[in-house]
Amino acid sequence: MNFLFRRKKSANSAKERLQLVLIHDRTDLTPVELESLKDDLIETISRHIDIDPTAVKINVAQDGRSQRLVADIPLRSVGRRRGREPRSAAG
Amino acid sequence: MTAKVVTIASGKGGVGKTTSVANIAVALASRGKKVTCIDGDIGLRNLDVVLGLENRIVYDLVDVIEGRCRLRQAMIRDKRLPDLYLIPAAQTRDKTAISPSDMVRLCDELRQEVDWIIIDSPAGIERGFKNAIAAADRVLVMTNPEISAVRDADRVIGLLDAEEKGPAALIINRLDLAMVKRGDSLSVEDVLDLLAIELIGVIPEDENVLVASNKGQPLALDGKSKAGQAFQNIARRLLGEEVTFMDLESKNLFQRLLGRKI
Repeated sequence: MNFLFRRKKSANSAKERLQLVLIHDRTDLTPVELESLKDDLIETISRHIDIDPTAVKINVAQDGRSQRLVADIPLRSVGRRRGREPRSAAG
Repeated sequence: MTAKVVTIASGKGGVGKTTSVANIAVALASRGKKVTCIDGDIGLRNLDVVLGLENRIVYDLVDVIEGRCRLRQAMIRDKRLPDLYLIPAAQTRDKTAISPSDMVRLCDELRQEVDWIIIDSPAGIERGFKNAIAAADRVLVMTNPEISAVRDADRVIGLLDAEEKGPAALIINRLDLAMVKRGDSLSVEDVLDLLAIELIGVIPEDENVLVASNKGQPLALDGKSKAGQAFQNIARRLLGEEVTFMDLESKNLFQRLLGRKI
């Protein structure tokens, strides 16, 4: 199936590249800064509630001409947390 | 008379601002409106040659602002369309020769005389751009279906919002339909998705544009070419008419455009 799409149209590349560039231009937020924001968020939230840091997703979504920061942060269930009691005991 | 002031800006140079100002002004004047266009590109004057009025310049924009002549004396009347005037830019000065408040004062005086004032902004987002938008009631942002032009247009749209000159309307110039069809050019729909503003015109790539500027006779004067018609359509939309977009693209886009409030 993939071979059908091998020759990617240049207009699609232009659009995809522009989508990313415009988000950064509009928000003045670089990919590096976004990563560091993500680390800070994980650290802060983890102080209050148990989360899986590897599953956290932070993105800037476009909505017309405005941008929104979208964070998807899956919580660990209480049951699983109890199951992990030995870790906190050890810590 | 109380004129509407429209500025055409783009950020990037070479996308067709000057050609559009000339053609939109011609199109409005050919519909019986009294129009003055102002070349805001001080130091890089060009609207005069595109309009074919370069031999008739005596005074310029800076002369008016610095009081060396009266407003009327700097307005060059076009002989083909008696209700079309040009106030040319100074060629030997730079953008700092005038300020945004100078432009507001000049346009306030001019508003009493004409129906439409069309201002050609220089490229860039500095002083010349700020001068050009200071008096604007409406700003038209121009782009090409090209990555750098779209990016710069987005920047200009953002600045216009910040200066409370928005919402801007978009003109896409030099659309090459054959390239869109084979997937090698951003389409009108792509550009609208990216910039998310209202569309006011699409000008197809047309070699008649170059021929017209060679001769100093703007295309919209005869209105037979596709690009000339597209400029006439922009003028009609500025006048409040609902004009359907020329069928340059797929039906899908066409339907989408019909659904928009233009």
